[in-house]
Formats: sequence, structure tokens, C-alpha cells
Amino acid sequence: MSAGRKLPEWADITLVPLVSVALAFVLSAGLIWAIGESPWAAIKFMVEGAFGSSYGWGYTLYYATNFIFTGLAVAVAFQARLFNIGGEGQALVAGLGVALVCLYIPWPHWSLALLGASLGAALFGALWALIPGYLQAKRGSHIVITTIMFNFIAASLLGYVLVNILRPAGMMDPASPRFPAETVLPRMHEILSPLGITVSTVPPLNISLLIALAMCVAVWFLLWRTRLGFEIRAFGESEPAAQYAGISPVRITVIVMLISGGLAGLMAVNSVMGEQQRLVLNAVEGAGFIGIAVALMGRNHPFGVVLAALLFGFLYQGGAELALWTSIPRDLIIVIQALVILFTGALDNMVRMPLTRLFAWRGAR
Amino acid sequence: MTVFQPYISAASALALSASLAHADPALMFDLGGKFDKSFNEAAFNGAERWREATGGTYRDIEISSEAQRVQFARRLAEAGSNPVVVMGFANAPTLEEVAPEFPDTTFVLIDAVVDLPNVRSVVFAEEQGSYLVGMLAAMASETGTVSFVGGMEIPLITAFACGFAQGAKAVNPDINVIVNYTGSTPSAWNDPVRGGEIARAQFSQGSDIVFAAAGGTGLGVLQAAEDAGLKSIGVDSNQNHLHPGSVLTSMLKLVDQAVFDAFTDGPDMETGVVTLDLAAGGVGYALDEHNADLITEQMQEAVESAKAAIIAGEIVVHDYRTDSTCPVF
Repeated sequence: MSAGRKLPEWADITLVPLVSVALAFVLSAGLIWAIGESPWAAIKFMVEGAFGSSYGWGYTLYYATNFIFTGLAVAVAFQARLFNIGGEGQALVAGLGVALVCLYIPWPHWSLALLGASLGAALFGALWALIPGYLQAKRGSHIVITTIMFNFIAASLLGYVLVNILRPAGMMDPASPRFPAETVLPRMHEILSPLGITVSTVPPLNISLLIALAMCVAVWFLLWRTRLGFEIRAFGESEPAAQYAGISPVRITVIVMLISGGLAGLMAVNSVMGEQQRLVLNAVEGAGFIGIAVALMGRNHPFGVVLAALLFGFLYQGGAELALWTSIPRDLIIVIQALVILFTGALDNMVRMPLTRLFAWRGAR
Repeated sequence: MTVFQPYISAASALALSASLAHADPALMFDLGGKFDKSFNEAAFNGAERWREATGGTYRDIEISSEAQRVQFARRLAEAGSNPVVVMGFANAPTLEEVAPEFPDTTFVLIDAVVDLPNVRSVVFAEEQGSYLVGMLAAMASETGTVSFVGGMEIPLITAFACGFAQGAKAVNPDINVIVNYTGSTPSAWNDPVRGGEIARAQFSQGSDIVFAAAGGTGLGVLQAAEDAGLKSIGVDSNQNHLHPGSVLTSMLKLVDQAVFDAFTDGPDMETGVVTLDLAAGGVGYALDEHNADLITEQMQEAVESAKAAIIAGEIVVHDYRTDSTCPVF
């Protein structure tokens, strides 16, 4: 009976998201058709633009790197049933950490600069998440509210620092100066060329992708192979039970938020240090929020997060190509992204229930 | 800021462009998008005006992330678009990176300066236009308090506020100028509800004329002024028609003209810095049938004489951007 009620695990992880995404794309195709464009051509533009060349891949993976970090941040917090929607603010403040490390410490080599900037980013991001975490643990201030508010505080803080402190005199743009040449991270074409692989030199994809993937493995190891991970998950499943087992809610809440904020912060290494090479006001541009969708779709599992981040990277880069070469407005691309989020997140059961019934029916035969 | 370089050399442009392939111009909007009822939309209107006038075609593109600035500017140049007009001061580093890669393509940057041989940088003397509407506000105010709603506290917008306050104080040295900014996130440029709230808060402090320089947020400011029976001042394009009788005037910043000129001049335009100030007609105040009853002859005379004095250099409006200070704050 219970076997009939539940989906097999493989179907839960692969089939449900795939069917959801397919449904979102069918609906999007209908929309594109309704505004008088060819859905087939549109999908071709998107797929070719995102995966058809090393140029497209480079951009897709660059965006995906951002989303892996922010998706992991949300996923880790969610394992303790803490809904960290402050990834945006944590990454913004982490960007400040990266900028300070890159601008004020004379680095001899990019590898050391990368280490320093990663520590700076993780530290600033973690500290920004610490305050809401502490307030949740000690004062019961709801983490959703405080992390949202901290996003705005982060934006204001960054605006103030950029306009009044970091901005070079006479420059109009509220942005930091360019980082010194020693802090330029190697891009993918430089990493791959010793291996005899030549790729487009244009995309901003850089070594941070490898850090992101390493973080996925680290998070997986932490959650499923360490005592702390067990405590986090136990706390998430049932706080009273965890407390009864001697797990301190305050400790877990604070630690989880530190890890989550640190992961969100690492995103700044990719965007601020790897791409822009200077800190701008809008350095995070919504990746913190996309991270929520990525975690939701990736079932809060590090490897699911990678796949979901890749999908959103595809939507970003494919959407950009679509806007570039067709007259489909960019708002429609946001609609497509929204449909994917809607189907994979909010309408999850719409796909899951018929699939469960289908499997139950097959099992019964 | 008052250097004006004439830049239309139609004859030579025509002669040279014959040798080039028929390159279509391109326009890249800043974050905020094509239909922001402000800066980007003004550029779009200029491009559309060029299309209607010449029957030509152009390509336009909206960016939605920072990484796309360089990506799209490069893609437009690669696709053979020429000239490529790029909107917004945030794109100065974009062109510093992309323009040297395409020496045969002419780029136009609106709102900032990039010193490269194939870039025309168009900047506006916003402080001068703001000065004039500040004078009008001070003359129309009955309470002796006027106010300003900016989008974000960045040097460009503070230059608007500073010019506005200088103009107002030139008319009435005792006038009280309230300055507020909408926010610190990109949504600050498109939050009419918040704009209306700020305007109402300023009205409660005695302001009866509000000047909005906040993109789409300004629409909420203008609406709040009409709802309160008070007056407002629009920005960038002529917004007098939005609430006739309530919009006192609009501070014009002719972004559309800059785009139109760039498209008209074509790939062989003169590059360098183009400063669109009062003398060049790049900024100003709007007078039309919608606000004819609000601006008395006396007010108009005062503003016109100040305008002449600024052009002649007798009045120097301080530009906040030069030293990050404002003499009247």
C-alpha cells in the first residue's frame, strides 16, 4: 500500500522535474506562438545560443556558476528548514569583501588572490547571514522577514560605500576602481588550452566554476557524511526531537546560517572578481532569488542544484540570444523562467500525483 | 562642461559612407529596459523618429544583466551594426573594453565620457536645465518650500538636485528645498508607489512643488501631486501632458535628439565629447499648451533671462559631479 502511494526515488528525482520543465516549455511555446513568432525557431535559437558553441556554453556555465552558489546556500539552510531568502544581500556584501581584498591587499599571484577573495567573500556573506540567524535563534525573529530586510540594508550599505568611499574621484558610475591585473582570474580558455582544447575567449566563465562544483561535493559530504550534517537534517525534520537528542537549536541555526551565507557570498568571487573585475551596484542582479528556485527544483540536494543551475543558466543565455536575434521581447523570457519556477515549485503536486497514480497502477498490474 | 563641439558634417559623412557597406545602426538600452517612460524610452523614441524620417532600419537590444553589457555590445559590433549607440554611464567600462576591439565601428555613449578614437561621448548639462525648473518652482511656490524626489543617491541624480536647489535659491534665498531619494536597489527607478509616498511626505512638510528625477518612479510623484491639488515637474522628456494643469513644467534632457543625431550622422560621425547644454539646446524646460496657464509671462521672462545669462557664462551653475559638493545644500 505504502509502496503504491510513493514514487520510486529515481522518478522523484528525475521524472518529476523533467515533466514539469517539459510542461513549462510547452506552455511557453504556446505563448510564443500566440504573439506570432515561431516556437520551433525560438527554441532552436535558445538551445543553439546556449549549447551550440563554446561561446554559448561559456556564458551558460558562467550564469550556472552563480546559481550553483546561491542554490546551495538556500538548499543547505533548507535542510534545517530555515528559509534563507537573503542570498541576494549576502552576495552583495560579499562582493564588498571581494573588492576590499582585491583592492587593498597587494597580491603577487591570482591563485593567492583567489584564496583571499574567497575567504573574504565567504566571511562577509556569513557575517551578513549571522545577524538574521542569531535573531532567529535567540529572539525568534522570523528568518524570512529578517533576511529579506537585510537584502535592502545590504543594497543601501553598498550604495553608500560605492558612492562615498570606493568610487574614484570624478567617475560618474557608482562603482569601485578596476581590480589590479594580478587578481584577474584565469578564464576557461586559459585553463583548457594546455589540455589542447580551444574554446571561445569571450565568455566570462572562469575558475570559480570548479570552486562551485567542489562546494557541491563539500556540501553533500557535510550533510550526509558528518555528524554536523546529521544534526542539521535532524533539526530540520523535527526540532523537538532534535532538542530531545541533545542538539542545540541555537547552535544549529547559527551554524547553518553561517554556512548558507558563506556559500551565497562565494558567488561574488565569480561575478565580481571573475567577470566585472570591479564592484558595481548591481553585482548580484537577482541571482540570490534565482537560487531559491534552483534549490526548490534541485530538491535541496547539491547534485540537483547543479542540474537546476544549468537549466537556469540555459534560460539566461538562451534567453539573451533569443532577445538578440528575434523580436521576442525579453519580458517573455522572464515569463518562461517564471513558468519553469511555477511548474517545478508551486505546481509540483500537479505532476507528482498523476505520476504516482501511474506508477501505482503499473505496480498493481 | 560648457564646451560645445558642433558635430554634424553631413557632406563628408555622405561621401565616406558610400564606401562602406550599408550598415544599420544599433541601440543598446541600459538596465531598466526600453519602456521605462524615461531615459531609455527617450532613446527609443529618438531611434523611432529616425526610422520614420529616413525609412531606415535599426537593431535594438535590452540587457537584463551586468554580464550582458559587454556581451551584447560585442555581438552588435560583430553583427556589423554601425554606429552602435550605448545608453547609460554604467556602460563606460563596457566601451573601454569593446570599442578597441572594433576600430572600424563607431560607438556612441550617452551620459558618460570614454576617451577613445571611435567613441562619441554625449553628456548633458543636467544642472543647467534643473536650475531653470528650480527657478520656476520657486516662483510658483506659495508655501516657500519645494522638494525633489531622486531615484538613487548617485552623482548624476544629485547633480539634478543641486541644480534645482541653486535655481530655487536664486529666486528666493530663503526657500526650503527638501531632497529625498527613492531607494538603493534598481527598483528605485521603477517604483511609482514609493514615489507617491515620498511626494506625500514632502507635501506634509509644506512642499507645494515637487520635481521628480527618478525614471518610472516619477510617474507616481506626478500623480500624487495632482491628487493633492499641488504641482509637479517632470523630467527627461516633456511630461506636461501627463497631468495637464498639475505638471508645472518638465526638465528636458533631449536624449532622443542625441540618438537621432547619432543615427543620422552614421558611422563616419565626428567622435569625441559632445556636451549638450543649454547653449546646444540639449537641456531646457518645457512650455506647451498643457502648462501655458501655469507659467506667467513674468516667470517666463525671468527664466529666459537666466537662460541667456547661463549661455553667456554670466551665471555659472555648479555641477555637483565636478567636486561632489553642492554650494546650496
